[in-house]
Amino acid sequence: MSASPAVAPDLTSTAWGLLAVVLQCCVLAAVSPILIGVMRQVRYRMEGRIGPGIWQPTRDLLKLARKEPLVAPGVRLQGVMPIAMTGTSLLLVALLPLMSTVTIPLVPDDLFVVVGVLLLGTVAIALLGLDSGTAFGGMGSSRHMTIAALVEPTVLVAVYALSIPVGSSALSAIVDARIAEPVSVVSPVSLLALVALIIVVVAETGRLPVDNPSTHLELTMVHEAMILEASGRDLGWVEFSSWLRLAGLLGLVANLALPWGVAQSMSIGGLAVAIVAIVVKVMLAGAGVAAVEVFLAKVRLFKVPELLAASFVMAFLAVTASYLVV
Amino acid sequence: MTVVDLGLAAQFLFALAAVVAALASPTAYRSRLAGTLSAGIGVSGAVAGAGALGGTTATWTLAHPLGPAIGPLAPLTLAPDRLGGFFLLVVGLVGTIASVFGIGYAHGAAASRTGWTAYPLFLLGMQLVPAAGDVLTFLGGWELMALASTVLVLSDHAHRPRVRSAGIWYAVMTHLSFALLALGFAVLTSVAGSTRFADIAGMPVGESTSGVAFVLLTLGFVTKAGLVPVHVWLPRAHPEAPSHVSAVMSAAMVKMGVYGVLLTVTRLLPDAARWWGLALLALALPSALYGILQASVASDLKRLLAYSTTENVGLILTAVSVSMLTRHTGTADVSQIALVAALLLVASHAAFKTVLFLAAGAILAATGERDLDRMGGLAGGMPVTAAAFGVAALGAAALPVTSGFVAEWVLLQSLIHGDVRTDRLTTALLPAIVAVVALTAGLALLTFVKAFGIAFLARPRSEGAAAAHEVSFAMRGALVAGAAGVLALGLLPGLTSSGALAALTSGVSSRGAVGAVVAQPVGLGGIELPTLGALLDPTSLLILGLILTVPIVAISWRLALGIPRRAVDLQWGCGGVRVSPRMQYTATSFAEPLVRVFGDTLRPTQQLEVERAKESRFVVVGATYKQRVGDVIEDRVYRPVARLLGRIGDKARTVQNGSIHRYLAFSFAALVALLVVVVR
Repeated sequence: MSASPAVAPDLTSTAWGLLAVVLQCCVLAAVSPILIGVMRQVRYRMEGRIGPGIWQPTRDLLKLARKEPLVAPGVRLQGVMPIAMTGTSLLLVALLPLMSTVTIPLVPDDLFVVVGVLLLGTVAIALLGLDSGTAFGGMGSSRHMTIAALVEPTVLVAVYALSIPVGSSALSAIVDARIAEPVSVVSPVSLLALVALIIVVVAETGRLPVDNPSTHLELTMVHEAMILEASGRDLGWVEFSSWLRLAGLLGLVANLALPWGVAQSMSIGGLAVAIVAIVVKVMLAGAGVAAVEVFLAKVRLFKVPELLAASFVMAFLAVTASYLVV
Repeated sequence: MTVVDLGLAAQFLFALAAVVAALASPTAYRSRLAGTLSAGIGVSGAVAGAGALGGTTATWTLAHPLGPAIGPLAPLTLAPDRLGGFFLLVVGLVGTIASVFGIGYAHGAAASRTGWTAYPLFLLGMQLVPAAGDVLTFLGGWELMALASTVLVLSDHAHRPRVRSAGIWYAVMTHLSFALLALGFAVLTSVAGSTRFADIAGMPVGESTSGVAFVLLTLGFVTKAGLVPVHVWLPRAHPEAPSHVSAVMSAAMVKMGVYGVLLTVTRLLPDAARWWGLALLALALPSALYGILQASVASDLKRLLAYSTTENVGLILTAVSVSMLTRHTGTADVSQIALVAALLLVASHAAFKTVLFLAAGAILAATGERDLDRMGGLAGGMPVTAAAFGVAALGAAALPVTSGFVAEWVLLQSLIHGDVRTDRLTTALLPAIVAVVALTAGLALLTFVKAFGIAFLARPRSEGAAAAHEVSFAMRGALVAGAAGVLALGLLPGLTSSGALAALTSGVSSRGAVGAVVAQPVGLGGIELPTLGALLDPTSLLILGLILTVPIVAISWRLALGIPRRAVDLQWGCGGVRVSPRMQYTATSFAEPLVRVFGDTLRPTQQLEVERAKESRFVVVGATYKQRVGDVIEDRVYRPVARLLGRIGDKARTVQNGSIHRYLAFSFAALVALLVVVVR
């Protein structure tokens, strides 16, 4: 199919975009285990415990990589799904404007595409849970999908609210507009949308109060129930992909709240600043989440819809406010 | 002789040959012969459709069987325009794939003379509808489609009593639809003085007349399309029909309702009043939500797919009504894009629903099961079916990089750019529509994770499922072709959107004409919406994803060389899986949280019976638990109406007491009444 000359793929910008994207993936992949270490350590210290230090998740990953995966009869997707999950998490991180707003021209960071990729990861882990053929796996994926289904309206309406001021659903355009006009960050529209988005991130990444990441109690577990049968390097990939997802989404929220430090073009200095900025922002956001989590208990599964309804109302108000206030 | 002429002629010849083959050939060859010839009908329809979509015109005037009796009415004509061509193409391709599947699938009653005679006539009737150039041909094709499909729904009536009840529901609803259409078209033809669509389209129609015609036609069309509250025939007729027929009914026949709505609002009555869009939206949006909600809690696979059809048609008509609403707010480009979204949704739904229904048929053939709760582990025995179903399920869940994702992306883009602050109602409605579309998408995700995961993964839940084996070559071929279609529509949206735009040029010409190109191909078959500044290139996205996955695969492979997997005898399951596969989650238990969350809407009935020992009531011998999620609308609306009609019928019986005197009195009274009317 012939493309019109105006939109012919420009090789140079594609190459730059690819470079930016790959660099971003590498940085986030390196940072995400440390982020989890920091979050756990913050929690332990606040609870008066010593904790194993921030490097423990990294050590866990290396240990899991060297362990053999066990395969039970009738299980089919245990080798494939962890890789698919990690792939979608990397693609998600690649699409988000975490370090720079430079993108590959043919793969813009459209928010609906971002959501689609996020949901691919959600589906992959739910299928992994069902594939195990145990009561726990099915239970986890049933709960996981119920939450994912109910989160969806909030996600898309929040996306809508964010896209109204710039007239585009491209994330880089949204972040660029925020850098150009930082006051817009504290507008009521932006604040409401951000709060809604934070609840979404909490639900999508299985943090308190929606899911307790450190529980193995059958009445409450969601994420852990799905990955009970994964072992060895399979489990390693599953853990890594969910950490990466958390790091990416925290980075997104942080960049929407504090857009400074994001490189708007490809330059060595700008990228160096961007790397430092995103690492600091993600760590601060993670520490903040961990600190808040200390004071929260997991809510009952059937109270979760109420929480999500509240976040939906906020996202909806954000859209309406953007027509009335601005 | 153009390609359209050729296709139109060929479909009649193939239909004739298929009917002859069905009636004359011996049982052993009947499915093969009639199925192949039916596929020919589909191919001819697709060829004619592609030609008409490309702008080739053809007008066929058929001899009028009632010529002088009808008098001033125009003869029967076949003249597919571009929009008709688009639908003809969709219907033809679906028909082809389903026919090929039918060769291997049809058995028993479905492979009888009646079955294979009705099937080609069904396909032919369906292809006459979008090709029709006048009202009578349209209604003729419509009725042929309705009658033949009723016969097909009733295929298996001798063995299963539920089929008979489904057939009655279907026949009643489809004729309700026909009656409404006949009335609606009667209004239009009486104003225009002609039955030809071209004449009606050019005729200025008064506001109240066009309003009446719109209401009648839309109600008739949405009854066929299966919107709430006239959806009740879908979850009955689709499951009971043979699977290749359900695939055609769901993927193609229901689309004729959509075509009818588009024909009405873009061609026949393009000057829509503002309330039309709102009225259509009021039907379409609740349908989308209710359909997917019922689908998400259904455990009969074909019933699930039938409700999902209601959802998808709801989404398609939501897009149409958004287009009608935004046409009034002066955003012509958004209006046009919403229509493109509607057509993309049509193509996407046709592709994935064909595969899903055919795969359900393959499962039925291989295991004898339609109930998800009794499936499981089918991916082992049926890898091809599993892969095809998986791809189609991704499409139904609107995930990248399938057809469903592209279509919903375009719809969402049109929604978020549709705001015009001058029109408060539209401005307030758009976020609500986004929210409902999003919830629908979320529930669709759950529904199809459930359908795929429970049916194909985990351990078999019944003996039938454990003995599953892959289906015949023709059936696999049809499944693979359909799944390839789902992927192609998802990876090359530039191509389909060009087709959709071409289809729309025959429509809204008088009003809302757009100067700029609203959608164009970009990059590797991607789609760009220049006026909205949005771009989606699924192929590039896929390539980027694959590039990023390379290191993961490389690392995994490197690790696997040193440390291979070890097979163990049992799942771990926290130490508790030694017992039977019945301990796994089923489709019903998977949807249980949702039934609770939406308990107010779904109104499930639960029944718990505990049997206690005679010696002590504290010793429980056994317990049975039943949960039924019925259709609220059916229970609350249709059953009371049916009861009322039955009661009136019973009362009316007293009029006929068998007395000859009374009947003579009736005749006399009727004669007097007639004389009074005539003489005056």
